[in-house]
Amino acid sequence: MLYEARVEVGLKPGHSDPEGETTAHSLKELTYPIKEVKVSKTYTITLKADSHNAATIIIEEICKRMLANPTKDSVNFKVAEVK
Amino acid sequence: MRREEINVAVIRVGGTNCDLETKRAFEDSNMKAEIVHFNQLCREKDLLDYDILVIPGGFSHGDYVRAGAIWAKRLMARLGKKIRQFVDEDRPILGICNGFQVLVEAGLLPQFEGISSFPEAALGTNIPTGYNCRWVYLKLEDHSHCAFTRKTASKRVLKIPVAHAEGRFILAREKKRKQLEKLMENHQIVLRYCHSNGETANDEYPSNPNGSLYDIAGISNPTGTTFGLMPHPERAYFGWQLPDWTRNDGPPTFGDGRFIFESVAEYLTKKF
Repeated sequence: MLYEARVEVGLKPGHSDPEGETTAHSLKELTYPIKEVKVSKTYTITLKADSHNAATIIIEEICKRMLANPTKDSVNFKVAEVK
Repeated sequence: MRREEINVAVIRVGGTNCDLETKRAFEDSNMKAEIVHFNQLCREKDLLDYDILVIPGGFSHGDYVRAGAIWAKRLMARLGKKIRQFVDEDRPILGICNGFQVLVEAGLLPQFEGISSFPEAALGTNIPTGYNCRWVYLKLEDHSHCAFTRKTASKRVLKIPVAHAEGRFILAREKKRKQLEKLMENHQIVLRYCHSNGETANDEYPSNPNGSLYDIAGISNPTGTTFGLMPHPERAYFGWQLPDWTRNDGPPTFGDGRFIFESVAEYLTKKF
């Protein structure tokens, strides 16, 4: 079966986000009422797996091995079957 | 081992762009250096035929995912066994700039409990943000333990350029204090950013060009054989590479970066 995972990698709370801060500063300069900007990266991954559970295990492993650095990154993902 | 017998592998992938000047620096220090594509090392060449492994600067695999992450995972997946042997045999590994990012992402630095399956540190986005290309001053900290800085330095402050956007050395927030202490105890902090007078930068920009924790510019593993640094010693090898020589009486013969290459040559000639 085919599954699609949407993986979001952002910074863990407490880690500086200079890219977000710079973006926020620039948006404030454009007079928008911005409080905070946080930057994250989204990956859309299509994969083959026998079940939803199997797909989730693969995505978890991919996140640990490649997409996130546990020192600073937090990860959220959702897996759904492609129909 | 004589200096002329030392075989250096300067490895590259798509996006590597400092391989040629790194090779030239090793050659000028009378070692045999070869630029080897990573795929060659995976197929027809043997990593263990070399005495030094160098991962030079650049933007390997376009810096996609995170700087150095993709090459790091490929390196350990394809050559992990040989890399472990290389480290176990105390053969030196050098990572410059993107090479440092690769070593950290591969778990080859800092090696708190040996080679780690997951990164134990990170080189985050610079603070202030942006690509920073400038000459910086570096203080030699615990340098006598490291194969690449063990030679007695003629001076304690080196002038070498940086050129990167992701060079801010960080540790996991919850472990930061303990791990920083461990780096100090193990004599792993080799280079720190400093002011021109040798006083540590104390997180002040531009002396610390990227907001690095404890002004860290370069660290080694506990045995001192694997070394990564953000500054580019190959860009400060010859005197004519220095930015200010035209204001003086002509270029000096060598720049401060030569010390790194001379040190590792001395390490290998004495140890093997």
